[in-house]
Amino acid sequence: MSSAPTIPPQFEIVDQPLDTQMTISMGPQHPSTHGVLRLELVLDGEMVVKATPDIGYLHTGMEKLFEYKKYQQGIVITDRMDYLNPLGNNLAYVMAGEKLLGLEIPERAQTIRVLMCELQRIASHLVWLGTHALDIGAMTVFFYCFREREKILNMIEAASGGRLTPSYFRIGGLMMDLPAGFENRCKQFLDGFLPSLQEFHTLLSGNKIFQRRTQGIGRISAEDAIDWGLSGPCLRGSGIDLDLRRANPYTGYEKYDFEVPTEPDGDVWSRYMVRMREMKESHKIAVQALSRLRPGPVKADAPKVVLPDREAMKSHMDALIHHFLIVAEGFDVPAGEVYHPIEASKGELGVYMKSDGGPKPSRVHFRGPSFVNLSALPVMSEGEMVADVVAIIGSLDIVLGEIDR
Amino acid sequence: MENNEQATETSESLAATAPPFVAALQREHPECVSEVISAFGEFTVVVPRDHIVAACSFMKTSPDTQFNFLADICGADRGPEEEPRFEVNYHLFSTTKHHRVRLKVLLNEEDAHVQTVTTVWKTANWHERETFDLFGVIFDGHPDLRRILLPDDWQGHALRKDFPLRGYEPYSLK
Repeated sequence: MSSAPTIPPQFEIVDQPLDTQMTISMGPQHPSTHGVLRLELVLDGEMVVKATPDIGYLHTGMEKLFEYKKYQQGIVITDRMDYLNPLGNNLAYVMAGEKLLGLEIPERAQTIRVLMCELQRIASHLVWLGTHALDIGAMTVFFYCFREREKILNMIEAASGGRLTPSYFRIGGLMMDLPAGFENRCKQFLDGFLPSLQEFHTLLSGNKIFQRRTQGIGRISAEDAIDWGLSGPCLRGSGIDLDLRRANPYTGYEKYDFEVPTEPDGDVWSRYMVRMREMKESHKIAVQALSRLRPGPVKADAPKVVLPDREAMKSHMDALIHHFLIVAEGFDVPAGEVYHPIEASKGELGVYMKSDGGPKPSRVHFRGPSFVNLSALPVMSEGEMVADVVAIIGSLDIVLGEIDR
Repeated sequence: MENNEQATETSESLAATAPPFVAALQREHPECVSEVISAFGEFTVVVPRDHIVAACSFMKTSPDTQFNFLADICGADRGPEEEPRFEVNYHLFSTTKHHRVRLKVLLNEEDAHVQTVTTVWKTANWHERETFDLFGVIFDGHPDLRRILLPDDWQGHALRKDFPLRGYEPYSLK
């Protein structure tokens, strides 16, 4: 029997507990950061002592670009911000422009806006649900969610031509009316959605592992939530009943009957339940909007701002001139500044638009809900385990395209 | 008060129609209000630079105003030839009364300093960092005034009007 091999001193196992703190970099390529978020975590063992988000990896200077583009060209930039909720971004942007111009939007266009925004909200929440569950370890939910989401994206594609970048809402109304057969298709989807939602509940809500991973994790109190400017499901998950569709109604939301779900605990589980219940309310609004669709114009009566119909352009000289002027030179917007907030799928999406007159804005600023919600991440994650940080990021539902702009 | 001739209503004509939250600020802290503008259904209060923290704390705590939620802070550049050149807009919201107001601070280019409001709302932290990053406005007393969107070694402030759209030279990581 030979003696045990001698271990060189540099490989000797030191039997000492780690009594020092360790700083590690989580991301920017970490799969659970939903893009390119980097977190600088100071750890004591497995516990997070300090978390510092580092953003800007996806910064593309969109707010600068707006100043060099005409108002109607800016719409396509907004699609690329929160790419899971592009119709919400379109809506906030065009409504800020409409506020400056003082345009009246026809009833049908408003109803279609509500319908499309609620479908988009469901689609956005489905991505959140799938990826949130995936981060925590439940693989199956992802496929079920994307199956349903695909149906919504197909409808958005049918209406606008783009799946992820629709640019469907324009200043003064819509790009065009809904295509033939859309209402039936939408009805078919809405009829089948509630059973699917029940399916998601059976997959996750009663799952003991999921409950243990989320309940009591990443708590934030109601006072802190307001102090840190949280909005949307994150704020309602802390027990605050605030929904801008109710508080500052826009595009006719005051006429719809829906509830604002809140949960009292302020943890990951509460934010999960708020979004799950919110999908049901969105479904309710979409059903109401679909039943209220009446024939009518989808563009405001403002020939100097809204592109004329194709047929009119071919037969009327003035329509042709307006078309040429809008495309070649843009339309003048009166000087002034507005801030228009909407309830996007992730929270308060505000657009600050400043005009000095002329066809290009002087300043466009997006108050992204993800940007503000992410800034509260240190409060929620300090004192938790590293693995819980993954759950907390998932529960915030951030999109880096909107944070970095 | 140079802009009194502009199309929007200004302080004098508004005295009767101002909403209670603006009237309360005018009554309790007249030094915080240099101008009130009403346009497009929104109210803007122009606040002298030195009084922004006092105005914000009052707006947050007074029972007449209850602006407990800071929705947004954003900068704006009026152009290099304008004086004052920079604007900082504070968009306030009340989660109980559901009303909104905009506080505006005007800053000169040579002295683009304003006191931080992170002492009033913690959420101001990242908004102020963003405004500093893109406009070069310094928020005095800010706990962590670093760049947030652009790299740490970036030269200049990208959203200023005299900063070219494509930058001065291709950026490379050093």
